[in-house]
Parts: sequence; structure tokens; C-alpha cells
Amino acid sequence: MLEINGYHKTFHAGTPNEVKALKQIRLTIQNGSFVVVIGTNGSGKSTLLNAVAGAFLPDRGTVLLDGHNITNWSEHRRAKLVGRVFQNPFSGTAPGMTIAENLAMAARRGRFPGISWALGPHLLDACRDRIRTLRMGLEDRLDTAIGGLSGGQRQALTLLMATWQSPALLLLDEHTAALDPRSAERIIELTNEIVTRHRLTTLMVTHSMHQAANLGDRLIMMHKGEVVRDSSGADKQRQRPDDLLAYFDQLRRREMLDESAAEMLREQYV
Amino acid sequence: MNLLLGSLTIGLILSLLGLGVYISFKIFSFADMTADGSLTLGGAVAAILLVSGVSPLIATLAATGAGLLAGLVTGLLHTRCRIHALLSGILTMTALYSVNLRVMGKSNISLMSTATLADSAEQLGTPFFGKGGTVLLLGWQVASRDLSVLLATLLLVLLVSLLLYLFFRTNLGTVMRATGDNPQMVRAQGTDTGLMITLGLALSNGLIALSGALLTQYQGFSDVQMGIGMLVWGLASVIIGESLVRGGRLGLAICGVLIGSLLFRLLVAIALRFGLNPNDLKLITALCVFGALVLPGWLGSVTARMKGGSHA
Repeated sequence: MLEINGYHKTFHAGTPNEVKALKQIRLTIQNGSFVVVIGTNGSGKSTLLNAVAGAFLPDRGTVLLDGHNITNWSEHRRAKLVGRVFQNPFSGTAPGMTIAENLAMAARRGRFPGISWALGPHLLDACRDRIRTLRMGLEDRLDTAIGGLSGGQRQALTLLMATWQSPALLLLDEHTAALDPRSAERIIELTNEIVTRHRLTTLMVTHSMHQAANLGDRLIMMHKGEVVRDSSGADKQRQRPDDLLAYFDQLRRREMLDESAAEMLREQYV
Repeated sequence: MNLLLGSLTIGLILSLLGLGVYISFKIFSFADMTADGSLTLGGAVAAILLVSGVSPLIATLAATGAGLLAGLVTGLLHTRCRIHALLSGILTMTALYSVNLRVMGKSNISLMSTATLADSAEQLGTPFFGKGGTVLLLGWQVASRDLSVLLATLLLVLLVSLLLYLFFRTNLGTVMRATGDNPQMVRAQGTDTGLMITLGLALSNGLIALSGALLTQYQGFSDVQMGIGMLVWGLASVIIGESLVRGGRLGLAICGVLIGSLLFRLLVAIALRFGLNPNDLKLITALCVFGALVLPGWLGSVTARMKGGSHA
């Protein structure tokens, strides 16, 4: 279970570029739940994911995961509990190393890498078995350097690495945004398959209304560093991409109204 | 021929320096200036221990350990105190200059009347090549001592290279290589990249100090200035090796460094033989590295333009 309590983060505090990226976020995610986060640009959805992953520490607030208070844990320490797939397909794998070597690191995620042989026969067998589930024909190319693979293949391997040891929480940060439509679709299928098979607690950020409507059992909408809508169950299943777009339009119109009203008041009274 | 044997021996000894530079510069993309200081440190520690009667083997190991510590300091400065990579190396290198003077107590130590690893190598070679005489090698008379030392150095360097290769195939070594390749990925897999960089720099400088210790014992003296410009020397070996052995696989890359170091030393020996002023050596070394870094890019763009031109 993930519990975020009163999480507050301001970037560049005290400068003209000050951004209140996350404002008093309060969020509880039950085990086995697949939560999709959408939001406008700069709404703080990716920042929320990075906050959970430990890319920075909060100004205020706590993060609890799987019974541990991980608020002050470093990024690499959290990786024991958290699997991640990044937006950039190049971020999740080491390009100069082979598929097998990358997977070997994932197989030992969170443990200190000791002086034991990295690529034992057991591991290579396990690699082949797991890569076969991707159905991309990569199981015969364990010795290929990852840098020569396509973005979709790399993202599929990253997904496999993030979930090799069932993590207490899987973080997916717009992980199909940089892929061509066909690869993106394939990765989404795989994501759904893996998350369902292992019943993983998942937090996925997306920019695609289509994915948001069709995936997961809970939908969170963020705007300006706050959770503005949180729907689950039948309420979540009812929502179509058009409904989500309409809601964002509504948010935008309300904001414009705020601005034009402020402008009007300024003209009249200042 | 004796000149050739000598050059090969020094080339082999300095290939350990090359391997150290390969680790910091190629694996971690870290231009580690500590090298200049830790090479001298290795020589200084080995020399002072040998003079005070410690066995050559233990003195050499101690010198390697001192290098490990120097690398550790640079690593901690960079990863824990968040000092810029280049600057943390420069700080350690500068501090080591004083440390080396303190270790030796003076600016150079002669080992002429002290038993060194070179003498041990000569003893090992005695059953094969006889004592103190000369041996006929490919039609040349060479000193049996020189041949023994060369072969012993070759064995040692091959052993160290093999161990290094095996180490980089372990889990720890794999994660270290990945740290230079994609640190974000390593953090996401739960390893502290700072720790990996620190350990890697320790390993690198340990090798460099070992190189310094062997060099000191081979040439029969240690000097506080012997490390100046050695990082660039190591870079030259790495870059020459890289241009000869392409493909980027670990084993090949290590072989490349060995070959690069031997070749570079031979080139230098030939240049000196044909009248190169030793004072110009560092300038020539720097120019060689400059050329090796820049020329491939220039040649590439020129050939690309020519191809583009023929299409137009």
C-alpha cells in the first residue's frame, strides 16, 4: 500500500521561477490497484511519480510504502520496493551492455552486487523464459547490446526489468509517449498483461485520454499540483476519452474566466 | 635488441596505467587527474618500503593499496562532497605531491643496492636462461636478466588483465560498467552510483599505483616528478588501443589497452632513438592524444563531404 500524506514540494523557492509543483498531496493506493494519472502540462503528474521514486525530497509531508516510511530514503534505496519505466526509452537500460547483462542487474535489484558471476546458466535460462513472454523474438539475442534495439524493444525490456522481482509499486512515467503508435499499443498490451498477471500495485502517468479511459481501476486527474478528481469503480469505468477532454476544457475555461475577471477588476479599481 | 626489450617491459608496466585510465576514463567517463599523483605514490611507497627492508612483493602490494586509498579519496570528494570530477582529481593529485615527498622524505630514492621484484624475476628466470649471462634470442644476444624481467612482467600483466576481465563479468563489475553507461538505470535497479564510482576510482588508482611501483623497481629509483603527465600517457594507450581494436567488447578493449600501451612505448623509443629531445616528450605525447581524439572526427566529416559531393 502506498500512502502519501500532505506532500508539498516547491521548486526554485524564493526566485521568480518559483513553482509550487505539488500542493498538499494526499493519496492512498491499495495493494493490487492500478491507478492512472492524467493532467495538463505542468500539472505535477510526473513530479508526483518522481516524488514517490525519490528523485527529490519533500518540503513537507510523508511517503509510506509497504509499511516502510520511505520519505527520506534515497532513490536507489527505494528501488528495492519500486520498479520504474521511464518516458525516455533510453533511460531504463544500459545501451552499451547486452540484454542478458541488463536483465542480470534487474534480477538482483535492491541487493548489493557481490563478487559472484553475473551471467550464470540459471540466469540465462530465466532470461530466455521471461523474454519469450514479450513475444518479440529477443530471447535468441541475449548477447546483443541493448543500444542497437528499437525504442519499443527497449521499453519492453525495461518493463520486464522493472517487474522481474514483483515490486511493491510499479511506476510508469508516460512510458509510451516517445514510441510510434504501433509500439505504444504493444507496450500497453504488455503492461496490462504483466500488471494483471502479477497483480502489481501500479501508478501510471499518461498523456493519452484513450489509455486513461481504458486502463486501470482508478483514475486521478491533476491540475496545478493538486488532485482535482479521483474516480474509481463504476464511476471510472463509465468515463470515455471525450468525457475526460471535456473536463479538462472545463478546467481551462474556469481558469480563463478567473484571469479575465481579474483583468476586469484591475481595470475598474486599480 | 636490448632497447627493444626495455621498451617492451616499460610498455607492459605502463599498460597497467593504461588499464587504470581505461577504467576511470572509458568505463566511468571520469577524467581522473589523480593518476599523476597515484603513479608517483605507488613508486614512493614501494621505494621507501624496499629501502627499509620489506620484501618486494609486500612493498608492491602496499603500493597498490596506497593507490586504492588515493582513488577512494577522489571518489569520496566527487560523490559525497559533490565536487566537480576534474577538480576532485586535481585536489587529490596536488595533495599527493606533498604526501609523496613526506613518504619518501626526499625528492628521490635510489634502489640500486636494494633487492626488487626485478631481482626476483631474474631468480625465477635463472633455471631457464642461466645467471648473469646472455641468451641468444632470434639471433640477438640479450641479457638474461632483461629477458627474465620482460617475461615476468608479461605474466604479471596478463594475470592482472585476466583478473580484471573476470571482475568486470561479476555482478559488481557489471553494475560498475552500467554506472558509466547509464547511471539513472543503475539507481532504478537499486544501486548507489556514488559508491560504484568511488570503488571504480579506487580500483583504477590501485592499478596505476601498481604500475608506478613496478616502474620504480624496474628503473631502480623513484622520483617525486615521475607521475607528471602520466594521465595523458595512459590516455594515449587507451585511445591507440581503441582505434586498433574496435567493437567495444570488454575483453577486446582490455587487449586493446595492452597493445596500445606497448605500441605507444615503442613509438616513443624509436623517436628517442632517432634524436627526439626527451624534453619534448610530453609535448609530443599531448599532440599524439590530440591527434587521436580529433583526427577520426575530421576524417569522418571529410569523407562524408566527399561522398556527399560525388552524389551531388
